[in-house]
Amino acid sequence: MIRIFWAELSKDLLLAYRRKGDLLNPLLFFVMVVALFPLGVSPAADFLSQLAPGVLWVSALLAALLSLDNLFKADFEDGTLEQLLLSPESTYVIALAKAVAHWLTTGLPLALLAPLLAVMLFLPSHAIPTLVVTLLLGTPTLSLVGAIAAALTVGLKKGGVLISLLVIPLYIPVLIFGASAVQNATQNLPVQAYLAILGAMLALSIVLAPFAIAASLRVSVSS
Amino acid sequence: MVKKQIMPKWFYQMASPKWCYQISGKLLPIFSISALLLLVAGVIWGLLFAPQDYQQGNSFRIIYIHVPSAILAQSIYLTMAIAGGIGIIWKMKIADMVAYACAPIGASMAFIALLTGAIWGKPTWGSWWVWDARLTSMLILLFLYFGVIAMYSAMEKPENAARSVAILSLVGLVNIPIIKYSVDWWNTLHQPATFTLTEKPAMPVEMWLPLLVMVIGFYCFFASAMLLRLRNEILVREKRTSWVKQLVSES
Repeated sequence: MIRIFWAELSKDLLLAYRRKGDLLNPLLFFVMVVALFPLGVSPAADFLSQLAPGVLWVSALLAALLSLDNLFKADFEDGTLEQLLLSPESTYVIALAKAVAHWLTTGLPLALLAPLLAVMLFLPSHAIPTLVVTLLLGTPTLSLVGAIAAALTVGLKKGGVLISLLVIPLYIPVLIFGASAVQNATQNLPVQAYLAILGAMLALSIVLAPFAIAASLRVSVSS
Repeated sequence: MVKKQIMPKWFYQMASPKWCYQISGKLLPIFSISALLLLVAGVIWGLLFAPQDYQQGNSFRIIYIHVPSAILAQSIYLTMAIAGGIGIIWKMKIADMVAYACAPIGASMAFIALLTGAIWGKPTWGSWWVWDARLTSMLILLFLYFGVIAMYSAMEKPENAARSVAILSLVGLVNIPIIKYSVDWWNTLHQPATFTLTEKPAMPVEMWLPLLVMVIGFYCFFASAMLLRLRNEILVREKRTSWVKQLVSES
């Protein structure tokens, strides 16, 4: 079981590494969306520092959302997905490996890039560790929940907008707790409760989401 | 070997579209007549005869639409998710059709609840909208309904759409307890639940009795609207079977 997890994970990571453009796109998107806010709203430092937690979290969420469409697409089109589902190995583990690979290629880089953008948005420097921790806790949940919607829509021709419609309502709780934690950190208020809830959501989605992903993949492949 | 039946007999009979069509034809007039009577009685009682609120005056009367539609929006989502779950587990066509019949009714109930809430919020809170926990989670519920409806229209084959939507609505079920308890967990502007099973309502009897009539009336309305849509859907999906052809030729 661990063997199939590593096999699937390393295959996906290798594929992502070979297509570096796909790897970079969500990050560029993240940077550009963040850059829109000072240009569109106001470049004043005190205003931006208030706005920063929400802007960073929303932009990271949208960047993660954008990359979902490609999560199962290639495997679906060349028939790999069908072979994976036909294999005797557990679909649960394969689904989990795919979601983890997605997180390693989008969520993790987003979280590591966030401090740079936080400085550009004048987020108080004592809040930056909290920002990174919330993104590290929150983005895996986004990958796992998003993978459900990606699996549901992979067989559709017009999946792109539909994915956002399905996923955004499910992302809202993560966004609320992630952004509120950073907001509290800027004012030196305790953040442990928010981090605990983000962790709880992550634990819940690690356990349950692979079931839904596997079931959705079966529906998409059989249709 | 005889397979053991875990569910009562009617549950398995329900799987037959023909049986379901006949039974729903008998239930439909009961629900629609009681919906009509209860809603008319509830509206007249609530709007004309119930006493005024000592703080809000007459503006509180919108509660007789707001609370039932909000309760229904959640109950319908629950019905849809349970029907979807039954559809996945027992591969029951009727359950898929029930879920399909529920989605737009639930979306309109959620919309009515938000709209009447906004109209009520203006005179009492002084603004059309506040980002408080219950309003936001109700809005998420409306978005979930939109997602479900979009999913139905994106999939061509109804069987695949049904299974996809079932998974989606089961995942979205997480939101229902959040809506239900948001008012207790977060200390927000929205007042706590009007009805609970364990406690007496905080309102006087003359106020909550018409509300109860309206809630039951809304449930009956939902039942009759859902059965109408369900019967329509049964006929559309079973149009190749002999009993539907016979039914069409007779009428």
